Amino acid sequence: MTALTVTHLSRTFDVSASWLNRVVERKPRQFLQAVNDISFTVPLGGCLSLVGESGCGKSTVARLVTGLYPPTKGDLRFAPGKKGDALSAQMIFQDPYASLNPRWRVKNIIAEPLRELKLRDTKAEVTERVEELLRIVGLSPTDGAKFPHEFSGGQRQRISIARALASEPEFLVCDEPTSALDVSVQAQILNLMRRLQDELGLTYLFISHDLSVVRHMSNRIAVMYLGRIVEEADTETLFADPKHPYTKLLLQTIPDIANPHRDREVAAGEVPSPLNPPKGCTFHPRCPMAMACCSIEIPQMREIGGTRVACHAV
Amino acid sequence: MISLSLIRKSDLWYSFTRSRSAMVAAIVLAMLILTAIFAPLIAPQNPYDPAQLDMWKSELPPIWDQLGEWPYVLGTDTQGRDMLSAILYGTRISVVIGIASVALSLLVGLSLGLVAGYFGGVVDNLLMRFGDVLLSIPTILIAILVSTVVRQMLPPELRDVGSSAVLVLAITLSGWVQYARTVRAQTIVERSKEYVQAARLLRVPARRIMVRHILPNTLTPIMVAATLNFGMAILTEATLSFLGIGMPPGQPSLGTLIRIGNQFLFSGLWWIVLFPVLQLCLLVVSVNLLGDWLRDALNPKLR
Repeated sequence: MTALTVTHLSRTFDVSASWLNRVVERKPRQFLQAVNDISFTVPLGGCLSLVGESGCGKSTVARLVTGLYPPTKGDLRFAPGKKGDALSAQMIFQDPYASLNPRWRVKNIIAEPLRELKLRDTKAEVTERVEELLRIVGLSPTDGAKFPHEFSGGQRQRISIARALASEPEFLVCDEPTSALDVSVQAQILNLMRRLQDELGLTYLFISHDLSVVRHMSNRIAVMYLGRIVEEADTETLFADPKHPYTKLLLQTIPDIANPHRDREVAAGEVPSPLNPPKGCTFHPRCPMAMACCSIEIPQMREIGGTRVACHAV
Repeated sequence: MISLSLIRKSDLWYSFTRSRSAMVAAIVLAMLILTAIFAPLIAPQNPYDPAQLDMWKSELPPIWDQLGEWPYVLGTDTQGRDMLSAILYGTRISVVIGIASVALSLLVGLSLGLVAGYFGGVVDNLLMRFGDVLLSIPTILIAILVSTVVRQMLPPELRDVGSSAVLVLAITLSGWVQYARTVRAQTIVERSKEYVQAARLLRVPARRIMVRHILPNTLTPIMVAATLNFGMAILTEATLSFLGIGMPPGQPSLGTLIRIGNQFLFSGLWWIVLFPVLQLCLLVVSVNLLGDWLRDALNPKLR
């Protein structure tokens, strides 16, 4: 059973200067291709992770899936949920300092979905549900009367999770939910999310740049580079047998406690600007396996033993 | 929910008790406003009522002068009008016009600024360019234009009654732009924050997102601007009245009193102009001191 099917999804942003500047400086219109023709499926009750460097379009995918941005091209389809209508996605945001309105009390922040979606009828029921949600995420019901600034980053992320759960979603998009937290707190939040997934049967689309976090959370991983998915495989397959040279590069950057001074290949160069991506395979200027055809032709997705990979050299 | 948090309130109160100038300004302002509100109870005379004016008592100097008479503490003008009463009633008009024009500017400026910042694009461009046009014309010119035009449009019997409303309109027309700009800039910052996206995910209607989520987070700079503009509005009203296009002599505001008194300055009747001027200064200086303190107190970098 799949919860979400995404086919040939693309999103372009118009980043042109204003009309007057374009005319005066004779600049053309500029477009940024943030997400370029990506397809994936998320299994019901499972967790698909998107990984990649900053600027590769992971967060744009999150906003496309939740409907905050309309897609430029392509299609995304949610499976019907428990109640019969399509699953609705809720989101847990990256920055726990910006995702809670600083002027609202926590109980009102968590109650907002209940009130907006009319999930509870009376005030007493809303209060009761808010207290229940606070307990579920490991906070005290009395914390509801406080303001967000009275909490630490990890606690704020718990509030964020409680708000997302308040709307009784079956699908949660987590946009780097732990990247703003201390490592010790990261583990708590991740364990909470795992527990909630088991207890409530949630489906996650998990977005991160941190491969060790992703390994802990997901069944399947898709690696993104400059707006495209370059490799997608089951978690353990990807870690054991990475196919794409970019995935290999990412795996080499994970610190290894047992062997901290191992001989790592340091990748040359930086991520090219998505405003002006390289022709052919976008990874070819940094790729140790690049061939002549890589700079001409865009590699197509192929399936090799359960792994989907887009590379000429594989 | 819109009110500031308790912590914030106590911070503000603490800084208030630590600022001598703010305390003095607040006390002076409170006294000025209270005496203006209760003018009918305090003032010895109703300066609007011609029957109470006594021509035999005209041009009396203040009470500490040998020729001064009780109860005309600050003397009388050439019509026999008691200056103290005229000043109290005049302050009342000035304060009411100041508050009304700030309130109306806030209403217009906040709503247009929120809409421009939240929706962006063409709406934003149109509203803000219109504001730019208004800002490029000096306030006083707009006010003169509006008050002259509107006054001509009103029937003659309504002209005196409607002049305070006309003044409020004239001051608002150039006053709202500043609020709109401030709120728009802040709205653009807040709109991209994740708590607004969270609300949009819940399909909260745009109007409610603007009013309940964004607006409370833009109010800090607005509070400062509104306080300072209250002083400015009183001054603009006084200027217009001084120029003869504000409040009529039958319902004198402080500006009208200064204009009337100005004519007698060189005849030695200095009290007719000096006391209204002092009252105006006291009023505007105390408002501005309070505004300055508020700006510093709400500036996180100066805490």
